[in-house]
Amino acid sequence: MEEFAALIDALVYTRSRNEKLRLIAEYLRATPDPDRGWALAALSDGLDFPAVKSSTIRNLLKDRIDPVLWTLSRDFVGDTAETASLLWPAPDAPPSPPTMSETVALLGEMSRKTVLTELPKLLDRLDSSGRYALLKLATGGMRIGVSSRLAKTAFAQAFDVSVDEVEEYWHGLTPPYADLFAWAAEGADPPDIENLPTFRPFMLAHPLEETVVDLQDYAAEWKWDGIRVQLVRAGGETRLFSRSGDDISTTFPEFLDILPINAVLDGELLVRGTHQGGEEGGAASFNALQQRLGRKTVSKKMLTEYPAFIRLYDALLIEGDDVRTLPWTERRGRLEALASRLPGSHFDLSSVVEAKDFDHLAQIREGSRVDAIEGLMLKRKDSPYIAGRRVGYWYKWKRDPLLVDCVLMYAQRGSGKRSSFFSDYTFGCWDGDPDKGADLLPVGKAYSGFTDDELKKIDRHVRSNTINRFGPVRETDKSLVFEVAFDSVHESKRHKSGLAMRFPRIHRIRWDKPPHEADRIEALRALIAD
Amino acid sequence: MAAPFSWIKPEPHGIYIPPADCWVDPSRAVDRALVTHGHADHARGGHGETVATPETLAIMELRYRTGAEDDAGEIPHRAVPVEYGETIRLKGGVDATYIPAGHVLGSAQILLEHAGERVIVTGDYKRRADPTCPPFEVTPCDIFITEATFGLPVFEHPPIEEEMAKLLERLRAYPDRCVLVGAYALGKAQRVIAELRAAGHHDPIYLHGAMEKMCRLYEEHGVNLGELRLVADATKDDILGHIVICPPSALNDRWSRRLPEPITAMASGWMRVRQRARQRNVELPLVISDHADWGELTRTIKEVDAQENWITHGREDALLRWCQLHQRRARALALVGYEDEDD
Repeated sequence: MEEFAALIDALVYTRSRNEKLRLIAEYLRATPDPDRGWALAALSDGLDFPAVKSSTIRNLLKDRIDPVLWTLSRDFVGDTAETASLLWPAPDAPPSPPTMSETVALLGEMSRKTVLTELPKLLDRLDSSGRYALLKLATGGMRIGVSSRLAKTAFAQAFDVSVDEVEEYWHGLTPPYADLFAWAAEGADPPDIENLPTFRPFMLAHPLEETVVDLQDYAAEWKWDGIRVQLVRAGGETRLFSRSGDDISTTFPEFLDILPINAVLDGELLVRGTHQGGEEGGAASFNALQQRLGRKTVSKKMLTEYPAFIRLYDALLIEGDDVRTLPWTERRGRLEALASRLPGSHFDLSSVVEAKDFDHLAQIREGSRVDAIEGLMLKRKDSPYIAGRRVGYWYKWKRDPLLVDCVLMYAQRGSGKRSSFFSDYTFGCWDGDPDKGADLLPVGKAYSGFTDDELKKIDRHVRSNTINRFGPVRETDKSLVFEVAFDSVHESKRHKSGLAMRFPRIHRIRWDKPPHEADRIEALRALIAD
Repeated sequence: MAAPFSWIKPEPHGIYIPPADCWVDPSRAVDRALVTHGHADHARGGHGETVATPETLAIMELRYRTGAEDDAGEIPHRAVPVEYGETIRLKGGVDATYIPAGHVLGSAQILLEHAGERVIVTGDYKRRADPTCPPFEVTPCDIFITEATFGLPVFEHPPIEEEMAKLLERLRAYPDRCVLVGAYALGKAQRVIAELRAAGHHDPIYLHGAMEKMCRLYEEHGVNLGELRLVADATKDDILGHIVICPPSALNDRWSRRLPEPITAMASGWMRVRQRARQRNVELPLVISDHADWGELTRTIKEVDAQENWITHGREDALLRWCQLHQRRARALALVGYEDEDD
């Protein structure tokens, strides 16, 4: 555990990607099995200890330190695990750190009942760095600037294997990844995943931006506004995965016995709606899909009211055949042939958008304000299906965002890299004429779209224009205007304004604009498309 | 007879003493100022008269060249030096005594006495040993006006020897690079150098140009800093394997490009919090502060044992809470203009 804690500390303070890779690779080479496997799992978010939550840590600390002092400290530090590691009273006995495997075993044995007595014992065996590493490990989501991808790349570098191969096997394996280490470090046979219903990494697209492509070489498809999914059948089992590789099969049980053959398919999960549009019809807005997301159990009513279907984009494997190396045109042919054999109630094919040339395509894109369409995808006709984002193969060409001027109302402190900065903003529009005494009503929240320098300036604005404090939230004097960009706006009960934006982000900070010139609720309401 | 302590008034821009018509550490120019120490947020330029220790006056002189600028139509400046332990009588029967605060060279707590009532304004202080200034002296009083820069229980400054060992270890591990230490130009930089010398490091230490004069001033006041060289006079090869000290603002500045692959370090109490170090792109955080940490703040409040504690600039909320929990009378003062970003 000491070595792991030292690695975590070193990673926290390292900016350079190469240096991070070197540090992780060095650790993986020097550490024995299964400790290094557990460490790799921790770095790639592969560990989950349901008994240990952020709230568990909070409760433990509130028994040992005044709750007000805890809250003030947590608010300043911006990270529960770190605050706790700093505030944990130093035990009298010298540290006797457990190994990674022991730690993982102990954490795994804890239940909600025992965690309040067992976790303290473990904390008492560690110094401040060790406690930090332990709590990060236990609550998952290290947030130390190491992505799952970086951890895998470091693994590949440590043992001189290809990271694509690592990605390929990854989702078929579980921590501490004994087979993976045996293959990469000791030259054993690669892990066998052929008969496992595992997730394969998606091929992703770059934003098109100023690029102009020749439609001789590229095919265009609509980019649907649902969630990207992968449907996998192998070894007699079917699973549905989200873009990040999370298994969402139980949320969408209607797909679990519908695929007649072994295959890995790439598509957009959508919900059928009655008020939808689009050339192909059938898809409701993202708002409808949202009713189905995140549910652990699904009622019959849900299944009938919001029936889901997959609009197919691509195929990776068909009946044991790996088609990823084939050019897109050939895969498309295989996919079309397959689609005709699938039930239309659950599948359709994302059709190709025909255009004379790029300008014509641009017109078609502008003309589409259908709510289930986010924009266009451009796919190079000879592109293989490659994991990740490769330049030149696939582009996404989103519709231009909608814009509205809002007034900053509340700001909340961020966490992680932005801890102690006010970086999460709630903004509002006027409920009538501000010069006749209308109020602002909150319409959305955003925490992106600005640079680090702009963040510092907004933070300063918040600090010097605070009129009220509610814990970590500050109410400002409503003097700053944000031009907010968003993809669409819907009716919603979440905000008092009755409206909710999709993907709101700060587009520009209008230091120059007086707040009474910001937009009114009715202007935003007029942009509702469905 | 006036109400108790009506002769001392906390105002947004400093502590005002009406009978003496003077201010302690005012954040804007006034006719008469009592200054605790030379940091810019406590020692503003442009006062008509400044009462401070000789060291603090020398520091202010260096920073503002106050004496030289009475031709610009400003009020002629008068410097009144007060030695540690010395008491001076102000107007209106107010006595001021300067007592070591252990913060930086020349730093003092100011004990104010009037009508049998005693008030201490600490300015900034710490309780740890510092080879560049005499230690804080606990002095009884009725009202203790304390700073609270590190007034949260997460702040615990480790022994400075540990931090020096970390720094020297990193230096030895990378002989083909250098370690660039960001340190506040007044106080922190000289303390780090003096502690390096105490740890047996006698190699030349390289300085950013902005550090030079203040280091000279410290040496003139008897603080031996060993061999110091300027980065400006050196080549990349000269600097290999050496320690370089610069103001925190220069850490990620273009200036540092002239150095051989610097390892970025920062000497500051804020480095205790990982995310703070990350925000400043620091690779080697050195938890070194010239302020009292949480343990020192609470211990000092207990030892001084004043009837009432007034808490200023910093995280007042938490220290106020601590006072409540320990049945000590306290209030937070809302003074403006004090900064804590670089310590």
